[in-house]
Amino acid sequence: MKEKHAPTDPQRRGFLDAAAAGVTAAVVAPGVILHSVTAAPRSEAVTSDVRWGLLIDTSKCADGCSACVDACDKENGLDLQTPPPGAAEARWDAQKAVWIRKVKVQDNQTGRVTNLPLMCQHCEHPPCVDVCPTGASFKRADGIVMVDRHICIGCRYCMMACPYKARSFVHEVMENQLTRVPRGKGCVESCNLCVHRRDHGEESTACVDACTAAGHEAIVFGDLKDPRSAIRTRLAEMSSRQIREDLALNTGVRYSGI
Amino acid sequence: MKRIIYREWRIPPARYWSLIGILGTVIAIGALAFAYMEHEGHWVTGMNNSVVWGTPHVFAVFLIISASGALNIASIGTVFRKPLYKPLGRLSGLMAAALLMGGLLVLVLDLGRPERLVVAMTTYNFRSIFAWNIFLYTGFLAIVIAYLWSMADRKGGPYNRPIGIVATVWRLALTTGTGSIFGFLVARQAYDAAILAPMFVVMSFAYGLAIFMLVLMFSFREEGRPIGDRLIGRLKNLLAVFVLGVFYFTLVYHLTKLYGAKNYDLVGWLLLDGGIYTFMFWVGWVLIGGLVPLGIIYHPVLGKNRGWIAAACGLVIVGGLASMYVIIIGSQAYPIQMFPGQTVLESGFMDGVQGQSAPYSPTIPEVLLGLGGVAVALLITAVGVRVLQFLPESLADDVLPADEETLAQHTAEAQA
Repeated sequence: MKEKHAPTDPQRRGFLDAAAAGVTAAVVAPGVILHSVTAAPRSEAVTSDVRWGLLIDTSKCADGCSACVDACDKENGLDLQTPPPGAAEARWDAQKAVWIRKVKVQDNQTGRVTNLPLMCQHCEHPPCVDVCPTGASFKRADGIVMVDRHICIGCRYCMMACPYKARSFVHEVMENQLTRVPRGKGCVESCNLCVHRRDHGEESTACVDACTAAGHEAIVFGDLKDPRSAIRTRLAEMSSRQIREDLALNTGVRYSGI
Repeated sequence: MKRIIYREWRIPPARYWSLIGILGTVIAIGALAFAYMEHEGHWVTGMNNSVVWGTPHVFAVFLIISASGALNIASIGTVFRKPLYKPLGRLSGLMAAALLMGGLLVLVLDLGRPERLVVAMTTYNFRSIFAWNIFLYTGFLAIVIAYLWSMADRKGGPYNRPIGIVATVWRLALTTGTGSIFGFLVARQAYDAAILAPMFVVMSFAYGLAIFMLVLMFSFREEGRPIGDRLIGRLKNLLAVFVLGVFYFTLVYHLTKLYGAKNYDLVGWLLLDGGIYTFMFWVGWVLIGGLVPLGIIYHPVLGKNRGWIAAACGLVIVGGLASMYVIIIGSQAYPIQMFPGQTVLESGFMDGVQGQSAPYSPTIPEVLLGLGGVAVALLITAVGVRVLQFLPESLADDVLPADEETLAQHTAEAQA
């Protein structure tokens, strides 16, 4: 026995068609528009034609100056860090994120004192990238070593593996941060050579600018692969070293005078 | 020799449920500790940017290597064909799985982003020893389950030895992998030594056996099942050999480090003026975890007393936790030598100013999380032996198979 259907009301069908079209448009359109907006300026992939690096002339690095550290903190929103309520000061000092720090060392034999800034050394063969179980710690084609905060599980193995103690773990709930430098509780982070500036085609890093502004010019930023770049010219003139050279990591940050 | 009969653990319900209640409470408190750490972030722990792995890792690594050590008993029976150990195989397998679960749970719950575990399961970097370990751990669980099946099911009999061999190889790989997590780190002076991998293997033998013996003796005594002196004697002698093995590797590790001038400062710090770490090394690792248990085991009177043997096992466990504390935390606390021959006068990030070690003091939530993992391992064991036939009814001397030496003697006599 067949069921009898009521005849379709053409008006009702017309309404459904219009509604479906409307819903589709509402769902798809923002994606299309969003895509066209983001695709414009930074659509070019990072290439290995360049390798970003720093040269630090320790003879110019002034004792007691913290311009580079302050600038880095400001640039990356690290100055917005506040100790969680109830945190003991001494413990918090060891837990807050530090991307660049000043170190002052003295030779045991000769007594010579050296000042230098220390940050992620952007190794060609980064141990932090080797050990990361998920591949969150990675090296970009242009030599910048950084953390993909979407897949970092917060295991901190990279911090165990870094020979420069360059990485920090976000120990607290994140309340204040900058849009250009997203940070989050439970992930690891470190100096990324102001990667947001790289992606906008800007010339230098916050620490370099600050050092120059302070009149020291102890840090030079540039492309290690370009023989005509300022950093390569300087490196050709003066002798330089890598920290923990014996590990053969081929660091992107070079020091003269150590 | 009689047929070995396995029976569920039938202690009185009131006792059983109070045991479960206690373990459940410890687990619940551990879960609360996790929730607190996860909600607040790791600032509520003693861990920091210098000592990035703390007390939870001490417990987790201890449990994970003990897991593979606990499986050793089954291997001795199946792979090395020692008939005396065969009846212990099931409990050995169960405890291996239980201890691994407990250890992994602590490790996972200490992650900065534990909710991203699925990322760790789906996104791999195969250059990472950590990534290999994820496979080693899950594979270990699967193999142990198959191994248990082959021991318990009649149909599994023919596969018992092949699976046993795979399990033995796998457990060696697992502990080597765990040791390599530290041994392959070139960054820190106290690591960067391949000997850590075999050292972890020997440590796993000792700690796994100590835990196994305690569980065996406790569960049998609670229900009044007999264990013969022959078996206890064999197990405690084996424990002594393993503890001596740990000593040997400890000695070689320190000698290797001591020989090169670049490590003088490290060894001097660790052995003489490393504060809590020096104390943990000499008193925890060497004395409590080594010399005292050896003294008890080889003592003509104490070595025959069950209570003292249990105490020796307990001391090996305490000493094991102390060794993990020294290896995991002490090695991080010692400052990284970035400028050899120079002294750090000032630093904005605690780079060992004037040779000072990095700060770390464990907080209560960390310890509770670690204890929660221990309780999970014990709960799985307690439930396992209660509902399934893991424990032999008797391990009395006349029930157990003869020692292989005696067997050989009998055969020779019969042939003569």
